[in-house]
Amino acid sequence: MSYLSATDQAQGPAIQVRGLEKSYKEVHVLRGVDFEVARGSIFALLGSNGAGKTTVVRILSTLLAADAGTSLVNGFDVAARPADVRESISLTGQFAAVDEILTGRENLVLVARLRHLRQPGAVADELLRRFSLTEAGGRRAATYSGGMRRRLDIAMSLIGNPPVIFLDEPTTGLDPEARIEVWQAVRSLAASGTTVLLTTQYLDEAEQLADRIAILHQGRIIVNGTLADLRALLPPAKVEYVEKQPSLEDVFFAVVGGDPGRSDTADTSSTSSTSRTPSTSSKE
Amino acid sequence: MATHFVGDTAVLTGRTMRHVTRSPDTIITTAIMPIAIMLLFVYVFGGAIDSGSVSSVNYMLPGILLITIGSGIAYTAFRLFTDMQGGIFERFQSMPIARPGVLWAHVLTSLTSNAISLALVIGVAFAMGFRTGAGPLAWLAVVGILLLFTLALTWIAVIPGLTAKSIDGASAFSYPLIFLPFISSAFVPTRTMPGPVRAFADNQPVTSIVDTIRALFAGQPVGSGVWTALAWCVGILVVAYAVANVVYRRKIS
Repeated sequence: MSYLSATDQAQGPAIQVRGLEKSYKEVHVLRGVDFEVARGSIFALLGSNGAGKTTVVRILSTLLAADAGTSLVNGFDVAARPADVRESISLTGQFAAVDEILTGRENLVLVARLRHLRQPGAVADELLRRFSLTEAGGRRAATYSGGMRRRLDIAMSLIGNPPVIFLDEPTTGLDPEARIEVWQAVRSLAASGTTVLLTTQYLDEAEQLADRIAILHQGRIIVNGTLADLRALLPPAKVEYVEKQPSLEDVFFAVVGGDPGRSDTADTSSTSSTSRTPSTSSKE
Repeated sequence: MATHFVGDTAVLTGRTMRHVTRSPDTIITTAIMPIAIMLLFVYVFGGAIDSGSVSSVNYMLPGILLITIGSGIAYTAFRLFTDMQGGIFERFQSMPIARPGVLWAHVLTSLTSNAISLALVIGVAFAMGFRTGAGPLAWLAVVGILLLFTLALTWIAVIPGLTAKSIDGASAFSYPLIFLPFISSAFVPTRTMPGPVRAFADNQPVTSIVDTIRALFAGQPVGSGVWTALAWCVGILVVAYAVANVVYRRKIS
């Protein structure tokens, strides 16, 4: 791919957080957060509103200084070497950070130029294709649906191929179809070796996407493990016979026309599968 | 990343300039209000205002130009505020780019779009009978003072752009700036005003700037007033630039 220009730092975890603390005036938001994220994995930070998820992401993406603790991203200390951290990351914030007055393609070219890539136009076209936005590429982003906007947002984050990507509540406020579009984008990211830290308040989202899940509650990580680890915390499952009712989501997709993976211009499908095959990323 | 300052600033300025060219109403609105005021003052009040031997439009134009700048920079605050509200500002801050470039792009866009509005207003003034004996050097001086004043007010506009809580708050600061020329020598000679008002009018920045531009257009010597005008512009610029940068640094750390 033409947009490979990442500064790959030494081995070790992609993200290391130790004893992170942050207060806003009297409110002690983070009270000693510790976790690690392995390279190439998807890590979900789960928590209710106000749990401090966004604060963690803002500290790791050099937008906010911590009160205490150390954080390494791609091997670089966020406080001591913010410029190197910024070379290594991409942030997709809680609100789609696209320029509404520019077209989708111009948004991508803008970011490619700011990342000093040599062929910004080619990078933009490749990403438009990959995110099924080719036809919409010439339209202003203001005309996009929520899902398209989010996909454009994530596509902008991929430019320059940063090894670590932060997604802060990527599906909040999206309809079910758009949500699944975003999930596919995230899966294809991890398939290409990118480390993804995503925050979410939706349990099923973490379940669908994450290799590891950490629950942030009252300023601390109270649980951190794989889905299987988390399930093992509960009493062993017992077998019961229950009539299987379709979920509302099943009904929704049955009524609106079946394929939940449908996007505006191309069919990327295969949503029911959680496999991360690289082919999902390049399929038109 | 300082090595990329010029390149990054150019890319970001290209972006904000597109915002201006894609909503030309921002330039038209900026120019239309001063043009309306100019029409009003020249054709309605003009006969009643004693502008001496100079024609009304020649007398009014310098003040009208300053009003144009005052309303133009409101859009600078507005554009910056919009960036802060959406996620795009944070996206830029989390990218490996020259951080001051994010502000400078807005400042350069402000200078360019105000220059276009000013050119429009001067064009209309010529159509209304504005005549000047100013030579190239005098024109250069007028352009220089107008740009310096725009730059100073733009850095003032950056402050509410970064800190405002609402869109109204982001542009409300410009009302006093638009109003300031009315309490100056721009439309009526200050000697006609009552004592305290006259004291204010004589000693506020607009009067010295207006008098200087008027003298330049008339081809008369500018006198020592030009230094007062320049001192005001540079003083406002230095203070506003310093405050804006303190606010900016607080926002991004």
